[in-house]
Amino acid sequence: MSSIQARFQLDYGDFKLDVDLQLPGTGITVLFGHSGSGKTTLLRCIAGLQRAPQGLLEINGKLWQDSEHYVFLPTHKRSLGYVFQEANLFPHLTVKQNLQFGLKRIKPAPDSSKLAQTLELLGIDHLMERMPERLSGGERQRVAIARALALNPDILLMDEPLASLDFKRKQEILPFLSRLHQELAIPVLYVTHSQQEVAQLADYLVVLADGKEITSGLPADTLTRLDMPMAQDKQQAATVWQATVVEHESEYHLTRVEFSGGALSLPSIDADVGTPLRVQIYARDVSIALEAPTATSILNVLPATITGIVDDQSGQSIVRLLVGTQPLLANITRKSAILLGLKIGMEVYVQIKGTSILN
Amino acid sequence: MLTAADFNTLLLTFKVASIATVLMLLIGTPLAWWLARTQSGWKGIINAVVALPLVLPPTVLGFYLLVLMGPAGAVGKFTNWLGIGTLPFTFAGLVIASVMYSLPFVVQPLQTAFAAIGQHPLEAAATLRASPFDTFFSVVVPLAKPGFMTGAILGFAHTVGEFGVVLMVGGNIPDKTRVVSVQIYNHVEALEYSEAHWLAGCLLLFSFSVLLILYTALKTHPVAHPLK
Repeated sequence: MSSIQARFQLDYGDFKLDVDLQLPGTGITVLFGHSGSGKTTLLRCIAGLQRAPQGLLEINGKLWQDSEHYVFLPTHKRSLGYVFQEANLFPHLTVKQNLQFGLKRIKPAPDSSKLAQTLELLGIDHLMERMPERLSGGERQRVAIARALALNPDILLMDEPLASLDFKRKQEILPFLSRLHQELAIPVLYVTHSQQEVAQLADYLVVLADGKEITSGLPADTLTRLDMPMAQDKQQAATVWQATVVEHESEYHLTRVEFSGGALSLPSIDADVGTPLRVQIYARDVSIALEAPTATSILNVLPATITGIVDDQSGQSIVRLLVGTQPLLANITRKSAILLGLKIGMEVYVQIKGTSILN
Repeated sequence: MLTAADFNTLLLTFKVASIATVLMLLIGTPLAWWLARTQSGWKGIINAVVALPLVLPPTVLGFYLLVLMGPAGAVGKFTNWLGIGTLPFTFAGLVIASVMYSLPFVVQPLQTAFAAIGQHPLEAAATLRASPFDTFFSVVVPLAKPGFMTGAILGFAHTVGEFGVVLMVGGNIPDKTRVVSVQIYNHVEALEYSEAHWLAGCLLLFSFSVLLILYTALKTHPVAHPLK
């Protein structure tokens, strides 16, 4: 089983990093945390841009750092791709020369048809002769992603690649990242403080605070942990389900998808039957009923079991439920929770008012 | 008109300035790179030493160099031991003195240019498999090009214009150490104002052209390369 082991300890006086992580060797692992949580420092340690005095780093069987045996591979000898928060293109080189910078330095040169594919996927094949200063922020970041991927690295490291972009540019790049995700065989470590990016991209989630790992696991489980700050954010609290398209009801402009706990009706989407999807459900879009509502306009009503309840200090309760095996969050008022007598273990019905498709 | 002797002093001046500029770039580049990036406590002291010729009267610098390179000085003893004699009043001595005198004019633009590049392009290059040495030539040098141009031009021009240091260390030996500024002085001493005019005019024209190039063709300031 391929995997990543990353153990680092460093002490800057006012900031300490102390992590010991076992991460999956494939898919996108999101390192999530607020600024100052150490997520970027961790990524820089993995890249070797920063040297943790105590560290052990193994990427799918390749040893990059082992401080006990004085092993430390310098960054330029590590087979990695790194996408910085600012695109960091070389301003004196054209887009093409930027892409070739790394290619010229590795032997044997990777298959060029793969690069052509990446360029097409990222939609930048028409920009090759431009200088970086004549690109938009979104284009720059896409070139930076292509430049990192061109080397066919063993791992892709991305440090908040969307943070410096406005909302529109973000929407322009996120679909590319989702698609990359399906086509890339290598592991990706993705640093962000955006719950939206977590929901959209994460296959595995590590939450960091004050230089320490506070939880990690599958996003559906980790995002719905009531003791974690993500679940307590009233606007952002949400869960992500993996689902598959099973049927189109064209007369109603609806699409039915199936997940491990049942089925959902979604606004019609343009995807073939069998297509895998990520469905995001915000806690604020979920309400709870004790009995199956017989007369309701809400289409998605599912049986569920309450597994946890927390109250915030402003009259709201967050309820964690299981629909089949899938965790779900509901944000209701404290008063409703008391009037309904909600308790852990109760069988109830959830009504889902809205969903969003993430890819 | 310029006499043959005047013409020789011009030639010698440009020879000294060219060799000194090459040496200053060779010494100044690693020195400026270190100064731009180090956090060592020595930085302040080394910066001050390099900048000293900017404020010191050239005669003071020349005097110390004369003493140091003379038969009784440490450098003089060393060069004598090597069997190459002493350096004062030789072409080599003049070049060494010029390098000491003009070095800050090369180091400072380079240091500013290097500092302006910052850490990011270097890190990007490292993640793209470039070793630090490779990065220096493929990323730092092209990005610091305006700094190199400014440093080379200022270093060359400043060496052409020196007088005090030359007089102390080089003396006034025709074809060996007699440079333009000294020759002008000789003409004026001998009341040969017409000859002095010709040479002085040459230097004025040269200096003005150099500054004109600096302020027009090279108007891209060394710092004008923010990373995109």
